[in-house]
Amino acid sequence: MHEFFGVPLPALLGQLTLGLVNGSFYAMLSLGLAVIFGMLHIINFSHGACYMMGAMFTWMALEYLGLGYWWALLLVPLVVGGIGIVLERLLLRRLYRFDYLYALLLTFGLALMIEGGFRQAFGVAGQPYAIPEALAGAFDLGFMMLPRYRAWVIVVSLSVCLFTWYMIEKTRLGAYLRAATENPGLTQAFGINVPLMVMLTYGFGVGLAGLAGVLAAPTAQVGPLMGSNLIIVVFAVVVIGGMGSILGSVITGLGLGVIEGLTKVIYPEASAVVVFVIMAVVLWFRPAGLFGKGA
Amino acid sequence: MNPQRMPFGYLVLLALLLVAPAVIYPVLIMKVMCFAVFACAFNLLLGYTGLLSFGHAAFLGGAAYLTAHALKVWEVPTLLGLALGTLGAAALGWVVGSLAIRRQGIYFAMSTLALSQLMYFLFLKSPFTGGEDGLQGVPRGSLFGFDLTSDTHLYYLVLAVAVGAFWLIHRTINSPFGQILKAIRENEPRAISLGYDVDRYKLLAFVLSAGVSGLAGALKALVFSFATLSDAHWHTSGEVVLMTLLGGVGTVLGPVVGAAVIVILQNELADKVGSLVTVIMGFIFAACVMAFRRGMVGELIALYRRMIGEKVQ
Repeated sequence: MHEFFGVPLPALLGQLTLGLVNGSFYAMLSLGLAVIFGMLHIINFSHGACYMMGAMFTWMALEYLGLGYWWALLLVPLVVGGIGIVLERLLLRRLYRFDYLYALLLTFGLALMIEGGFRQAFGVAGQPYAIPEALAGAFDLGFMMLPRYRAWVIVVSLSVCLFTWYMIEKTRLGAYLRAATENPGLTQAFGINVPLMVMLTYGFGVGLAGLAGVLAAPTAQVGPLMGSNLIIVVFAVVVIGGMGSILGSVITGLGLGVIEGLTKVIYPEASAVVVFVIMAVVLWFRPAGLFGKGA
Repeated sequence: MNPQRMPFGYLVLLALLLVAPAVIYPVLIMKVMCFAVFACAFNLLLGYTGLLSFGHAAFLGGAAYLTAHALKVWEVPTLLGLALGTLGAAALGWVVGSLAIRRQGIYFAMSTLALSQLMYFLFLKSPFTGGEDGLQGVPRGSLFGFDLTSDTHLYYLVLAVAVGAFWLIHRTINSPFGQILKAIRENEPRAISLGYDVDRYKLLAFVLSAGVSGLAGALKALVFSFATLSDAHWHTSGEVVLMTLLGGVGTVLGPVVGAAVIVILQNELADKVGSLVTVIMGFIFAACVMAFRRGMVGELIALYRRMIGEKVQ
């Protein structure tokens, strides 16, 4: 049996794939934050709550409507994105002309309301959600068993991240979006509906969080508190990677997930804090972040 | 609120606080005072330096642990315990501040939140904090022969310390140092171009704010005779933002008013609505941001200025 750092290889590889799964969630969430930040110049504090809603809706769809995983995968991101669009139209939009911190505080207030509401309705205990049949079981790779669902999460989230990158960097719509980010007034003068794009961008970013929530439902206990601790780690990921680059946030997210997974094998006590420690080191030596251009 | 009339208003408030324990449960007022000191310290950063820290719970909670540990295990005199908590929080503030001020704006807020979460995990795992149970049965000790286990005796100590902290913040805001902080808040590049070492001023403001927040935490540990994880939780960081926002960011008395309203509200609601408290806090947050950005004291000042015919922006 091969060993690394006195750890048997299968255990190491198991934690590695688990780290990649967590990293996929970090990547999707920090990508959503980066897309929203690029367009709206706000940080969406309710992102964790949207992720939690994604998972809770997935569970509720099965519990109350009998709609299974595949329906949830299709519908829940749309519903969460729709809620985001309503919030943007009714509330956030009125704050763009004020200091950035008001939007931050508003989304923080919304996060408290969403989390508190779900806690009141469902209690704090987590609910289990079964892995869909088609994705149950594991691939036998010879040197390790790879659970199918883990592979699925990694593949889906990487595809979504790549798709987002392609949309923003390579398509006409993306070009409008980048133009509106650079100079909203001028872009609007060219006849492009910038407020609509802002609204859809927010909806998309929040929908990504919802999708991450659906993907997370079978991997963790689904409960009202699952978003808030995760989002603080994602904030650290964002500080480490910077929000200037889309591929940067994806790579940072995945990389930190892997590092966290490996820490669980080598020194489990530190796994909860390793991302924060890396953030402190990055702040010290490279304050602009790994992919940042200036602070 | 004519600045010349302010000292009179302060004297009235002080007189009310001196007689208040005869009417109101002293522990509640002490809790309000702890959070008022905390919010004033926070306001020094947000209101006067323009830095939004989302990690101030680390200083409140850290100082509470340190003071509780010093009083209980090392059995130091009460005042020394308070001083140790304050200094510990200031030292922690120096570390956190040196890292966080390397980024501006939103990144600053996120870094402070993440660093305070790091501290939260350390408190959770360290043996000296008692983990989930916290440190309980912290002795209050005595001062100048007065036994502080009496709520009334402790009340006057807490009042004296809170007034001292308030005075310190007030003096800081109105000092040349405070003027430079306001200049940084208004326009950081301009302050740099005038030759000020902006990072040094920001760090000093951060350390001062962390230290006074620590004093609040140390007092809180003394009042309740325990220190727990919830003081260091990010919810508490959010609460102090809410208190400051509700009372009025960048006003001297705003954080005091905000702290009083929130603490009393939580006290009243705690038994009645359960976890809906979080929803209500979130709603107040959203309402303040959407409709009420000056806060209670800020709106009063604006109203007063309108009445005397001054232009309000």
